[in-house]
Amino acid sequence: MRNLRVLLLGWALHFKMLSRSSFNSVLAILYPGFFATVAFFLYREGSPHALLYASLGASVMGIWGATSTSAGAALQRERWHGTLELLVASPAPFSLVMLPVTLAMSTIGLYSMAATLLWGRLAFGISLHVAHPLLFGLAVVATVMSIGMAGFLLAVTFVRYRTAWALGNLLEYPVWLVCGFLVPISLFPGWVRPISWLLAPTWGMRAIREGATGSGSYVDVAVCAAIGAGYAIIGALVVGRLLQAARERATLALT
Amino acid sequence: MSSVRIFFIGGAIAYRGLFNWLSPWIFVPTFLVAPVFQILLFVYIGRSAHAQSDEFYVVGNALQYASIPCVFAMSNTIAGERFQKTLGYILATPAGRLPLFLGRSLPVIANGVFVSAFAFVVGGLIVGIHVPGSAVGSLGLVIVVCAASCTGLGLLSAALGLRVRETATLNNIVFGLLLVFCGTNVPLRELPGWMSFLSQGMPLTHGIEAARKLATGHSLGSVGGLIGAELLVGASYGVAGYVLLRFMEVQSRRLATLETQ
Repeated sequence: MRNLRVLLLGWALHFKMLSRSSFNSVLAILYPGFFATVAFFLYREGSPHALLYASLGASVMGIWGATSTSAGAALQRERWHGTLELLVASPAPFSLVMLPVTLAMSTIGLYSMAATLLWGRLAFGISLHVAHPLLFGLAVVATVMSIGMAGFLLAVTFVRYRTAWALGNLLEYPVWLVCGFLVPISLFPGWVRPISWLLAPTWGMRAIREGATGSGSYVDVAVCAAIGAGYAIIGALVVGRLLQAARERATLALT
Repeated sequence: MSSVRIFFIGGAIAYRGLFNWLSPWIFVPTFLVAPVFQILLFVYIGRSAHAQSDEFYVVGNALQYASIPCVFAMSNTIAGERFQKTLGYILATPAGRLPLFLGRSLPVIANGVFVSAFAFVVGGLIVGIHVPGSAVGSLGLVIVVCAASCTGLGLLSAALGLRVRETATLNNIVFGLLLVFCGTNVPLRELPGWMSFLSQGMPLTHGIEAARKLATGHSLGSVGGLIGAELLVGASYGVAGYVLLRFMEVQSRRLATLETQ
């Protein structure tokens, strides 16, 4: 119960803080919108189904976009604020302190998702009729949670990488590409597909599309949630060892 | 002579000191790997949507990505003075403002040229496009012109950076606008009329068009007008940026907002 309270309060606190940052909120909405606009123009000549495909994909791009760079920089930001040592030394497990940060980042991505769908509707006339609202809603929640957990894994893995934001930023395009947000995975070479299967957003994206068209099952939602949970477990296991190493070398606070 | 030293040596020192993206930990992922993935993203979207050829996206995105080093570096090397608390010292010196600010643009242009050329070559090799050997020199010239033109826009962004707190947000928005408006991935004729009209006044638009023509075998002479237009647009932004910098300097002194963060 205490752990759940740490998670919920941490999430609410960081969500409010991120919402006040123009980089994390305004840009998180606008930036994927530029890519979505280009995609809409490119898919405009195709069928209405192609435009809906692009609209849903572009909307989920925003969730990853809001998380990848910011999550990479999450620990560095604590360093700059001078709060990293305090968080590491606090009685609450460090994982439970950091996980809400990245979950808040991916939740900010919901703004982007809504803005992209709205932009598609207003500027390009893409109407979204959700055929299976429950599946669609669960898929969105599972996707946001799993992307937040992927962000957590990134954040703790990069704990000793001082310019981690650049690596997080680097991962933005590849994940957009191989998770099938705007391009069917079948178009890629065969060796790319196993990589996309290991990425939770791939399954989340499939589940969201299936929820919208009414053609799917809950299996993709479950796989997305399971892979996301896997990221969180790996992150929690990794963070202990990384923090121990940073303490031994006295490198935790170095900027 | 002093102005020449400020222009070349001062510009290089300021660039190295204030643009911390030159660390290989940032430079490699941001300037070498990311543009290649941007090219791949749009190449595959283009294939999926049955839109343009691979070459169209390689040329467009390689040139458009020059805006990242040009806009961000120009902004960092001028507005960065404010964050380092050195802007007051810089502006208190008797150094001429023209060499002081414009000298910083030369390394920025060189960075933009390198990033753009690297993305073009690597992206083109991965995707497998064919560019006539005779066009390589002309394409190099267009890349230099585009980088210079983008740096003009960067100077304007840097001037705004003397007042705007979130320069990273501003620069990312500039990058996004160039992505949508300049015909990077969508031919200008397919954009709505007002967007196509506005794009004529934006850097990269004419340069990208010229590069696409060169890559399909046109001669340098046949795209001279486009290259000239690109230079004119870039110079206009550069002049506007310099004027705005001077205006911001005067305003900062008058309102005591020089190092407000």
